[in-house]
Amino acid sequence: MKISFSHIHKRFGNVHANNDINLVIPSGSIQGILGENGAGKSTLMKILTGYYHADSGEILLDDRAVKITSPVDAVRQGIGMLHQDPLDFPPMRVIDNFLLGSRGGLFPKRSDVEKEILRLSREFDFQISPDTYVETMTVGERQQLEILRLLWLGVKVLILDEPTTGISANQREKLFATLVKLAKQGLTVIFVSHKLEEVEQLCDRVAVFRQGEVVGEVEPPYDTDQFVYMMFGKSVEVGDKKTFCTELPLIQLENIGLEDYRLHLGNINLEIYQGEVIGLAGMEGSGQRLFLHMLTGLLRPVNGKIKLTGEDFTGKTYPYFQKAGVAYLPAARLEEGLIPGMTLTEHFILSEEHSELFVDQKSALGLTEERIRDFYIKGTPVSMIEQLSGGNQQRALLALLRRKLKLILMEHPTRGLDIESAIWIWSKMKERCKECSSVVFTSSDLDEIIQYSDRILVFFGGLVSEPIDATTTTVDELGQLIGGKGW
Amino acid sequence: MSVELRYSRSARSLKKSAWVNVGIRLSAIIMALLFTSVILLIAKANPLQAYKSILHGAFGSTIKLTSVIASWVPLVIATSGLLFTFTAGLWNIGMEGQIIMGSVFAVGAFRFLDDTSLAPALVITLAFVAGAVGGILWALLPGLMKIFGGVNEIFGGLGLNFVAKTVAIWLIFGPWKRPGVASGSGTEWIDIQYRLPYLPGTNLSLTILIIAVIIAIITAVMLKGTHFGLRLKAIGKNDKAAYILGVPTSRYFLLAFGICGFFAGIAGSILVTSKQYSLIPDAGFGYGFLGLLVAMLVNYHPIWSSVVALFFAALSIGNTELQYMGLNSYFAGVLQGFLVLFVVLVDGVRKQLVKTR
Repeated sequence: MKISFSHIHKRFGNVHANNDINLVIPSGSIQGILGENGAGKSTLMKILTGYYHADSGEILLDDRAVKITSPVDAVRQGIGMLHQDPLDFPPMRVIDNFLLGSRGGLFPKRSDVEKEILRLSREFDFQISPDTYVETMTVGERQQLEILRLLWLGVKVLILDEPTTGISANQREKLFATLVKLAKQGLTVIFVSHKLEEVEQLCDRVAVFRQGEVVGEVEPPYDTDQFVYMMFGKSVEVGDKKTFCTELPLIQLENIGLEDYRLHLGNINLEIYQGEVIGLAGMEGSGQRLFLHMLTGLLRPVNGKIKLTGEDFTGKTYPYFQKAGVAYLPAARLEEGLIPGMTLTEHFILSEEHSELFVDQKSALGLTEERIRDFYIKGTPVSMIEQLSGGNQQRALLALLRRKLKLILMEHPTRGLDIESAIWIWSKMKERCKECSSVVFTSSDLDEIIQYSDRILVFFGGLVSEPIDATTTTVDELGQLIGGKGW
Repeated sequence: MSVELRYSRSARSLKKSAWVNVGIRLSAIIMALLFTSVILLIAKANPLQAYKSILHGAFGSTIKLTSVIASWVPLVIATSGLLFTFTAGLWNIGMEGQIIMGSVFAVGAFRFLDDTSLAPALVITLAFVAGAVGGILWALLPGLMKIFGGVNEIFGGLGLNFVAKTVAIWLIFGPWKRPGVASGSGTEWIDIQYRLPYLPGTNLSLTILIIAVIIAIITAVMLKGTHFGLRLKAIGKNDKAAYILGVPTSRYFLLAFGICGFFAGIAGSILVTSKQYSLIPDAGFGYGFLGLLVAMLVNYHPIWSSVVALFFAALSIGNTELQYMGLNSYFAGVLQGFLVLFVVLVDGVRKQLVKTR
């Protein structure tokens, strides 16, 4: 199906999220949509799938003007979208997820659907069994499930929004092969991403978005520098790596044991030095979060000792760690880090220590404006935090960090962010390291871990590796360890 | 460029949305009136006549008007207390029981101090202190149960309401029963010197009016202008993130419950010293529950809550007049019920509209 966007406009308050978008996507091709966070990519896709309604402009499917009123309506017209977070029902079986989205009558034919699932699954070399419970599947498998389900519903346009976040390299290759196959069969594939190399590898043509506008359309052969220039309107350089460590240990861990209801980590011994960056690698849920929570006082170790600048902090709670200069930036920004329904200014007031009774609105506003400027947050002091884009929320979270910190703990600090934001965030962190703050972070991006860490810990099934020197290791070596080889 | 200028646009849109909110609530009130009218028509009564007689019953004379204000006082105090717990995201369903406990402790103090030579004003003050202590204790219980036992405060509060009422009934028929015969109409009245005097020709004590106004103002200032209020709001909206940002959540939960209980105790003491003069089984008069309705109706806004509380007080006083029309005086309850339902309904509809727009 051929898709044409004609003069699409969409505003959210003061933000012109889509400014006169004109784009034609021919049938049977893989169209890349590239742009940094907040460039308007997702907004356009949500308009195409009926989540939002455009303020003005037209969508044409096969040169016929259409109105798409809701996501259900979009699927009916042949447009399906694969979301960043899979929209399935984890406690149910695969087949029930299929039946839920179907228009079948009161008594759906289970056996027919089962056969279909197996057929589709074979066709694309997926290993999906109809009777598996969705909650036991990996993110990558759930993505495959969602693709199969949309195909089964008969979509002719498949939209993928940042599909490679959180899936393994192997699953990514399989996904790309599938997309190429689908395009050959005549499906239109729209691939939304901020990852240059993926777009270059996969797409037949690429539209680059910047600040709500299409700034250009490119066809192969691609030039990376040209992409970067189009995305940001300027060249971006990768921040260089330096070590600012002094030899004084900030944290001493002695025989630490950690436990939650499904995982046990034992015998961790480690010294974290001032100004050092430690990266935690491993499959999601291998104990990195427990480790970070132990360093913040949110999780009490079952045995062993934690010392902070020589003082025993074992068993102390988070407020004590916080007072001592430990800060924690959780991955789930809107669930654990920020407060939806409150403005940026209110966040800044909350994050500072105050002994006086009344809020000094004027100085709070001043502080907020200063931080908005310093941290390039796209928003105003009265913006509600949930109205900011993901990248700007992450910047806000960083801006909330107090001035003097000894240890900064971060979960997936750059997940879902564009290159420029990621580089910028790390430059801020390195500034902190120069002031002798230490950083411990988790990431599923091995390149990021190798690039920014001084030492690396790999987590695998309750095991924690010895610290690995980041200057001598490779992605392959880490990948082997993460996969459970070489222990 | 000045700050005002730069944000004037978003400030204007905020202001605009504030007016939209007022409009939405007004439409809810109109719908509630319409539906109540339908019910009245089914009951074969003239709706206009009924509303007129409610108005007359509430504002027809000085006595009636001051009765409305006297009834507004405990309601606005109860609502103020609940604004603290609601802001912290807590559903303090136990408010009614906390008011009853305030009354129990106040009456207990009067009984204990009855034979002393202390000045009446001092005794009354001590009774208020005792009432406040009773309210605070009863409010801290669901708070402690929530924090240390993981008990949802709704269930804790609901259970404690029954316990408070049972304690009151036990006292009335047991240790504090009237000389001679125990009676469901309550304990023996407190001495006349401990009753707060009414303004001449009215049903209102000036003291309680002053207390209510002070409490309403303190509540508005605390919630809207202080770090305490902002932290409570943060906890109410996302307690996990508030904790990470450095707000001691458990302590603030308890503080919210404590303040709410304090106000409940004051309300209970006021009911004892200016209305009932004794402990009766229904010592809370439903003000705790009515306060919940008021707080929800105004979307937890302190200043509007005083206005709406006045409206509810007028309804509850004015409805007695309905009897002359051959209607049950509980009819005002129908209107109150419809009001809450429609406010919740239009609010839900508004949120849906905002989402899809």
